[in-house]
Parts: sequence; structure tokens; C-alpha cells
Amino acid sequence: MNTRTKEQLEEALFPPLVALLVALIFGDLLIMSYGQSPAMVYKLLLQGTWGNAYGFGQVLYKSTTLAFTGLAVSLGIRAGLFNVGAESQLAAGGFLAALVGLGLSPAVPGIIAVPLCMIAAAAGGGIVGAIPGWLKVRFGAHEVIVTIMLNFIVLALLNYIVAAHLHVPETLHTPEIHAGSVATLASIIPAFHGSAANFTILFALIAASVVGIYLFRSRRGFELRAVGLQPDAAEYGGVSVGGVWLRAMTISGAIAGLGGINYVLGYKHYYEEGFTGGAGFLGIAVALVGRNHPLGVVLAALFFATLSQGGLAIHAFVPKQMVEVLQGVVILAVAMSVPEVRAVLRRARKPVTA
Amino acid sequence: MRKLLLVALTLLVVHAALLFAGGRGVAQSSKAGATNVGIVLDVGGRGDKSFNDGAYAGADSAARILGPNIRFIEPGEGSDREAGLRLLAAEKMNLVVGVGFIFSDDITKLANEYPRTSFACVDYALSVDDKGNVLPPPPNVAALKFREEEGSFLVGALAALVGKSKKVGFVGGMDIQLIHKFEAGYRAGVKQVCPDCEVIAQYAGVTPDAFKNPGKGKELALSQYQSGVNVIFHASGSTGLGVFEAARLMNKLAIGVDADQYDEAPGHILTSMVKGVNNTVYDVIQRVQTGTFKGGIYSFGLKEGGVGYVYDNRNKALIPDSVRARVEQLRQDIIAGRIKVPSTR
Amino acid sequence: MTASSVPTGNPAIRMTGIEKAFGSVRANRGASLEVQQGEIHALVGENGAGKSTLMKILGGLQPPDAGTMEVNGKDVTGWSTSDAIRAGIGVVHQHFMLVPTLTVAENIVLGMEPVKGGRFDYRKAVDEVKTLSHNTGLEVSPDRKVADLSVGEAQRVEILKTLFRGAKILVLDEPTAVLSPPEVRDLWTVLRGLRDAGGTIILITHRLDEVIDISDTITVMRAGQTVTRLKTTETTPSEIAKAMVGRDVALTSRDEAGILTTPAHGGAIGQPPRDDEASAINVTNLCVLGSRKTIEVDGVSFSIRAGEILGIAGVEGNGQTELIEALAGLRRIESGSVRIDGKDVTFRNVGERRTAGLSHIPEDRHRRGLILDYSVADNLVLGLQADFVDKGLLDTDRINANAEAQIKAFDIRPPVAGMPARNLSGGNQQKVVVAREMGGAFTVLLASQPTRGVDVGAIEFIHSRLREARAAGKAILLVSAELNEVLALADRVAVMYRGKFVAVVPASEASEESLGEYMTGTRKESAA
Repeated sequence: MNTRTKEQLEEALFPPLVALLVALIFGDLLIMSYGQSPAMVYKLLLQGTWGNAYGFGQVLYKSTTLAFTGLAVSLGIRAGLFNVGAESQLAAGGFLAALVGLGLSPAVPGIIAVPLCMIAAAAGGGIVGAIPGWLKVRFGAHEVIVTIMLNFIVLALLNYIVAAHLHVPETLHTPEIHAGSVATLASIIPAFHGSAANFTILFALIAASVVGIYLFRSRRGFELRAVGLQPDAAEYGGVSVGGVWLRAMTISGAIAGLGGINYVLGYKHYYEEGFTGGAGFLGIAVALVGRNHPLGVVLAALFFATLSQGGLAIHAFVPKQMVEVLQGVVILAVAMSVPEVRAVLRRARKPVTA
Repeated sequence: MRKLLLVALTLLVVHAALLFAGGRGVAQSSKAGATNVGIVLDVGGRGDKSFNDGAYAGADSAARILGPNIRFIEPGEGSDREAGLRLLAAEKMNLVVGVGFIFSDDITKLANEYPRTSFACVDYALSVDDKGNVLPPPPNVAALKFREEEGSFLVGALAALVGKSKKVGFVGGMDIQLIHKFEAGYRAGVKQVCPDCEVIAQYAGVTPDAFKNPGKGKELALSQYQSGVNVIFHASGSTGLGVFEAARLMNKLAIGVDADQYDEAPGHILTSMVKGVNNTVYDVIQRVQTGTFKGGIYSFGLKEGGVGYVYDNRNKALIPDSVRARVEQLRQDIIAGRIKVPSTR
Repeated sequence: MTASSVPTGNPAIRMTGIEKAFGSVRANRGASLEVQQGEIHALVGENGAGKSTLMKILGGLQPPDAGTMEVNGKDVTGWSTSDAIRAGIGVVHQHFMLVPTLTVAENIVLGMEPVKGGRFDYRKAVDEVKTLSHNTGLEVSPDRKVADLSVGEAQRVEILKTLFRGAKILVLDEPTAVLSPPEVRDLWTVLRGLRDAGGTIILITHRLDEVIDISDTITVMRAGQTVTRLKTTETTPSEIAKAMVGRDVALTSRDEAGILTTPAHGGAIGQPPRDDEASAINVTNLCVLGSRKTIEVDGVSFSIRAGEILGIAGVEGNGQTELIEALAGLRRIESGSVRIDGKDVTFRNVGERRTAGLSHIPEDRHRRGLILDYSVADNLVLGLQADFVDKGLLDTDRINANAEAQIKAFDIRPPVAGMPARNLSGGNQQKVVVAREMGGAFTVLLASQPTRGVDVGAIEFIHSRLREARAAGKAILLVSAELNEVLALADRVAVMYRGKFVAVVPASEASEESLGEYMTGTRKESAA
């Protein structure tokens, strides 16, 4: 058992490590092609992120949303479903949370208002996630197509509602919510002052643990993973495959929707058109790099958040597109290195067949 | 396993070598003692041929003529807007400029946190309190606002006088108040010179995507041209490129916006309603440098040269002298206050 | 026959020292093969012995890592598939590669169509196919659509296809797996005819009866190596089996020429279950649709008493799969009823049937029976997961305890509960399935192809388990493509043909010949 754990650890750690190195070297070359020094640019990048409290706070803030969307996508993949709709689920979650926050009286205490807003966020994302799940079970519609189309529909619908009925004049956002705001980290640790970091990150960590327990310790998770790996075998094992699909898409959407509270309750206190900013799509990369494991997802979210915030810090020296290219390289490197590196690891071990 | 460690190690060595082989790089060429200016561009970023490029051009000429250090940031997403502004403010910039109404809230918040820094926001949106009273911006914020309705008024008159078909068109981008200003001024201008003219106004959508949908722009413009419209004014970002395409196709006229867009469809651009973002950005940098910066609402209209329309050698042939004279008269009337241009529909 | 096996001049094929590795798996480790021209050469070995890899190398599908190969005396090491075809090597795969919507003639000439005036000359194609079919004794009707053919006919088309391309050396990969006994006999006739006409045939198989029946020479492979080369006339099934497995295997007289089983708990036959026992499973007028909405199970009725094994014989694709899936709750039952232990479960789901006492060894362990990336421990509770829950979470302690016990009881090797099922050999994977389905309480067992693709040792083990279960009063429905297996284990044998039970006879009165006629539909009799 011990060697097995060690092997699992090796297989989990080595591929991203190699991928990271490959991406770093690619980044070096890219930076040099702009006539800058890689050492200086990386130094600035780190200074602007992990090097000061504000930058770190921004990293935490960004990784919170990414952790939610990454968890959402990874849960779908565990069930064999590719949820490309985290973007609109995130938006729907944020929107409903804002609606509830607007509807509540300012007198409602946070201890009641925050959970209510969170339920609304989960419901918003969950409904948007459940639709492709149901369509897949009922009509065999492919979830990738449906989630892509739903992204268009839901985002356009929300934008319409905000632009036509709910916005503050001359802005693209709703009025500020009356109740249900989540405290900033700066309220406890003043060094974080000014950063968007807030206590939603705790909810993200809780969500990651719950997803971990659900996937790997619960019977439902056992069945969900079975469906993802071999639907026929799961069906043989008494699992309702359609039921799992519907459940997985709903939970996936609900988790993505919860990500909306980071912005709406924790940062701006209103729903703003476009607040998702691609976090739902980046969640796919987070899930991939995080190997669909909650812990990996959290680490990958931190990593991508660092890149994103760091991109701002090095902006004066290299165009922001460079950071985007670098993100792409990381994703590609991970995607390619995972099977490659694992094959090398396995070859190195003695074949274990009786 | 050992092979893999070897690969990882090799990669590490290559990386380390590149890190330091890369040289010292171009350090930030900041001149000591000069004014430091930071500019955060809208999500659209550079290359939009209107708004952001205008701000960039203004800052660029300021840098060459006045000599301040200028840093640009193009944020990638919503939450980076504040982060970008904050980054610049934290670096003790003398002036931080946000390009676009979308920065209004963030700048208001930061201005209160950094009272010694000067801020400017192009198209700053004034907030309103619960009773509907307009709240002034913080004292260290220059709210750079344009009276687009005035420029639109003139091109509206121009469209009606040149179009001659009793029907003129308007294509807006996103259906929001900011763009309604353009439409309102345009309508008023049309009615001023041709009370029985009809204005067909359409919008490309209700999302920001409506500002970058040339296909939709072309579709709307084609239907308007087909219904007898001869001139269309667009206020729709790159959606307007579709309007120009339609003008070329139908051999009709279109009016550009923000910057001189003649080059997009030579011979078919009657004029452009220009918004002097470059001038105002240049102006605010100059004020900071000379120590004359003052917060408050700066409104740029015809009088201040903040808005206008293009009349030069290239489009001269499209505008008869009599029309030109009439429009110039209207300009004087507006500047003198004899005509009040509405800013709402 | 003996004359042809004496090396005269160059052999048709000589492969020496062939090495081939796929990742950490060394499929061929210095394998060799020598085939004389004009002989039928049997290449035998357990699953995973490296037979198919060796043939893929011969056919040019994969280059060898090391070693040399000669065809008719010429060094052809590492050639391509087109080289191989040009040199006259034709491979008939286990899975047919035919276009179902085209006719037989079109399929055969595909890629080398006769042309007249720039257009496909279909009449000429038909004539050419007719001639070839007549000369070789491979009877087909050139104008029929391949989709309408039986498996045996489709196989003939495959063979004709390779012969049409001028194959002189024919490689047949497990050709009899899908055939009924009469069809097998026909195939043997054809192969002998081809050999007598100077053709060379390599037959891949793991069935000893076929080897003895048809081959002139035998090469035995084990674990990627060539163990021995035997002349068929000079050897015995026991010797071949020993070479295949690497140890002595006890063969019963009945199994001598066929499937290998041990008489661990006495033969199944001759001990009819007591009459006073009620039926454990009762199926009436069962109708089930297939994936393409065609009727696959057509009004089947039967019952099995406790302590009885009902064997279902039949050529694959006659509704056995659908029948088992319907009984297991994996396929909708259109009409009819299923009762387990007197309880109607017709409309119950998989889990509810399991609770009612149903166990199920599925025919395809890789698709249904196992989750290959799950650990052995997790696989041992698949389908039982609801029973291993404590306070809402999976009870890992009990899952592991269960795994340890089952691994011990069913001798699953290596005995590592945490190892992914994927890493186990086929036989041990099947033992995991058997352990799960037979290691707990159950009344009725559906055992579908329980020994497919597993090695001789595991076959012995699984057979003895089935006999034990029978002795313990369980009712077993056994479906197997191996007629010998059905005959060796079952009390009664039902023959399934086109979705119906065409015969149900006591195993003691059944023979391969009589069942074969029912299996191919040449004899019809109402089911007992």
C-alpha cells in the first residue's frame, strides 16, 4: 500500500512539474523575443503577486472564482461530462445572488442573508447546469453543444435583463445589494487593504473538501466516478446512468454558480455585466491542470490566478497577450505531459501482473 | 524514474541558463523628476480605431511634447480594472487615467483612498443618490465628459441636407444611455433642418458584444438603405465597419464616429463625428504637469473643441458649400446657446 | 502431410528472435516461427502469449524491435502491410472488415475493382468471385448484401477477399470463435482444400480440439516466447496443454479434446437436482428488443431449480446477450415476466433484482463487469456499494476487509486490494468478477461466458466454483460460446436460435452433433 501511495503521488506531481518547466522555458524565449530579461520579468511577476500583500490578496481573490469553476468542470469530467457552460452558470449564480441581495432588507443580518444569497447562487448555476443534463438524459443531446449554446442564451438574457431593467444609469451593473455582503480579508488582516480578497475563499476551500469527500468517500461519488469511467459497468452495478448525469450537471452548475458570490457578495456588491471575464472557461484549464482532483484544482486555481495577476504587473514590459500565450502553453504542456510522463513512470516500474 | 528526474533537471538547467542569458533587459526608461502618468485602457484595448486609440494618441503626443513618463495597462477582465488603477496609484503616479465610463465607480473609490493622486476618467458616469440628485466626483477626479449630442446634432443636419430622401438612418451599438445621447442629438439635428424627415434608429443589441458585431451592423444598414435611407450615422464601435461595408455595397453614404473613419470606406464616408479623446487626455496631462489640475466635471462640446465633425480635402466633394455654410451656422448657434441640444431621447 | 513438414528448401515463413515491447509489456521475447509451404500450421497459446503480436509483425502492421523474418527465403524484416499483401500474405481478422451495405462481390473486389471503359464492371466482378468461390469451395452468393449474411458466410467472404488479392499464405485469427460446429467442419474442408492446392495456412487458436483436428504442425507460445514446435501426429492434447500453461493440467476424458476442466466436485452430469425443490427463477414468454429495435428474444420460457445449471448453447448473436441483459435488468422487457424466488421482478431495476437474489457474471468484463481504473477492492463492491455505507459515507474499513477476504477465497493474484483492476491479468480480472458475484449470498446466478479469454488455470478454478455453487443449491443460467463448456457443466442444455429456445435437452442426452444441428437451425423441434 505504501509504494502504491508513493506511485500515485509521483504520477500526480511529476507531470505538472515537467509541464511547468516546459512552459517556463517557452516563456523565457517569449520574453527574450521582446528584448526583455526573463529573470527581471519573472521577478516582477512574483513581486506583483506573492511579493506583496495586495498582490497576494488579488491572487487569492482570483483563485477563489477559478477554484469554483475548476471544481465544477472537474466534477463534470469525473462523471464523463464536459461542462463548457461554467461561464454562464457562474453568471447566473452571481445574478441570482445579487437579486436576492437586492430583495432583502438591509436589516437582515449577514448570518441569514449570506446563506440565502449562496442558495440563490447555487440555484442559479444549478438550473443552468441541469438543463443540458436533462436534455442529455431525455434526448441524448450532447452536453458540450448544449452548454455552449446555453452560454450564449444565458449571458445574453442576463445582459438584457440588466441593461433593460436593472442597471444603474450610465453603468452596466445593478444597484448595490442591500444585505448579504461577505467581509473582505482586509477587515481582519489590514495588509490586504485594497485587494478584492474576501472570505468567499473559505467557502471555496470548504467546497473543495466537500467535493473531495463526495467524490471519493461517498456512495454517490463512487457511482458518479463509475459512470464517468465506464457507463456500461456502472449500469451493470445498479447505477442509473441518466440519474448520475443529471445530478452531476446540476451539482457542477451549482458549484460554478456559487463562484458568483466571490464578485457579487465579496467584492463589488452588485452584478455587473461581464464580471465572469472568462473565469468559467479558464475553469476548464484549471480542472485539466488540477487533474480533476479537488486539491489539484485548488493549486491550479492559485497558479492561474498568479499568472493572471502577474500579467498585470509585468504589463509595462511585455504585452498582456504574452501571459495569455503562456497560459495556453501551460495547458498544452500539461495535456501532453500527463500521458507521456505517466508512461515513463510506469515503464520504470516493474510490471505487476501475475 | 531516474530518466524522468534527468529530464526535469535538464529542463531546469536550460531554464536557469535562459533566465540569466537573457541579459539585463530594457529597464524602465523613466526620467527622474518627470511627471508620471498611468493610463488604464478599456477592455477593448488598443487597436479599436476610436476610443482607446484616441486616448493612446493623446498620451503619446503628450509624452513626446511634454515629456512625462507614461505607463499603459490593458486589463483583461472586470476585476482587473480596479487592480490596474490601483497598481498605478500605488506606484505614486501623479495622474491616473481610466479610459471609459466603466471605470467610474473604481476611480471614485480609489480617489478617496489616494487623495494626493490626480485621477481622470473619460466619459465618467456621475452617480446619483437615492433622491436622484447628481453626486459630484471626488475633488481629485477630473470627470472628462463629452457632449456627443452636439456633434451628433451637426452630423444629423448634414445627413438630412445631403441625404435628400426624407429618411435618414442611425445604427447604435449597445442599447444604453450613453449611445442614446448620440441618437438624441442626431434626431434633433435632422429635425432642425428637415422637420418632416424620418429617422430610422436601430441598435445592434443589448450586450457589449453589440459594439463588435459588424455582421449585425451590415444587416441593419442594408435594410435601412433598402428602405430609402441615403445616409446612416453609426455609433457602434466596430459594428460600424459593417455599416460601411453596406454603404460600399449599396453605393450610399455613412457617417463615422469617435475618430475620422474616412479610410474605412473612402468615398462613402460623408464625415465623422469626432470625439476629441486625444485632445482631452493631452490636456489633462498638461494640466497635471503645469500644476493646474483641478478636479470636477469637464464637459467638452463644440465650444471646447471636444466634439466636431470632419471637413477636409477628402470629403469636401461630398458636402456642397451651401450645406457646409448651413451646418457651420448651426455650430455657431449651439456654441452661442441659441440652440439647446437634447441629450436624452 | 508429413512430407510437407520436412524442410525442403526455404520455408514459407521463418521468423527468428522476434522482440516487441509495448511500454512495459514485452509481447514478444525472442519468439520464433517456422512454417513450411503447403501446411496448416497451428499457432497456439494462452491469451496474451504473444500470438497476435507475432502475426501483426508478419502482416507488416508493426515493425519488430529486434529479430529477423524471411518469407520464401527473402529477408523482409520490418516490411509494410502493402509489402506483405504484395508478397501474398492475407490476414483474416477476428473482427470482420466488410462494408455491410455493399454486396459480397463488391466487398471482395473493393480496392481492385475490374473496370470497363472507366467504370466499375460489376458483372465481371460477380463472375470473378463466382469462379474463385467455385474453385476454393467457399460457397457464397455474390449478389447478396453483406449485412444479410450469417457470421459464417461473412467469414467466407473475408477469406475470399484475401484470396482475391492473391494470398498464398493465409493467417486466420481465431476463426472458429463465432462459428457453429457444422460451420467449423465446412471451414476445415475449405482449409484442407487450400492446403492441398499448395497454400500455406497459419491458424491462431487456443482450442486444442481444433489443433488436433486440422493442423499439420504446431507452434506453442507462452509469455512471448516460442516454447516448442510439434508435429500434430506425434503429440497429445495433454502435451500441448502442458506446453501452453507451463505445468501439468488435469484433463478429464470428456474435456480431453476440448475445454479444460477438473472434476473437482464430481461431474455435473448424473446428479439431477432433487425434484422437490421449487424453481429459483421462472421466465415466461419473455420478449426483448435489440439495440436496433428488432426482436432478439422471442417468447422464451424456462425455469431453473435450485441446484441446477441450465446451459444455453447457440451461435453468438442469437439473442443470448439480450436474454441475459433482460434478466439482469439492463434491458427493457417488452412482454413476459421474470420471477426470482417467486417474486416478480419483471419491472425491477438492477439493484432490486440483486436484492431479490440475482447475481450476474457479465459476458464482457472489460465493458460491464469491472471498472478497470477502480481498485480491486472497489470492484469487489461494484453493485453492492449501497451495502458498504456507514453514516452516508463509504465504509472503507469494511470494503478493505471484504477485499482481503475475497482475494484470499478466490486466490486473486497479486493479492493487492489497492491495485487497479486494469493491471490484473485476464484470469484474475475474471476472478474478481466471480468473487463479487459468487462470494456473497445469492439464489440465481447468470453466468455469461464465464471463462472467455482466461487462461487454463482460471478456467479450472471458475468451473469448480460453478460446480460448488450448484452443489450448494444455487440456480445457474450458463451461457457459453464453448459448447464443451456447456456440456461439461450443465444439467440441461437449451439451444438458442434466432431468439427462441429451439431445443431443451438433458445434458446427458446431448452431443455436439445433435446440438450443432439445432444451433444452425437445420433441425427444429419445439422446446421441452
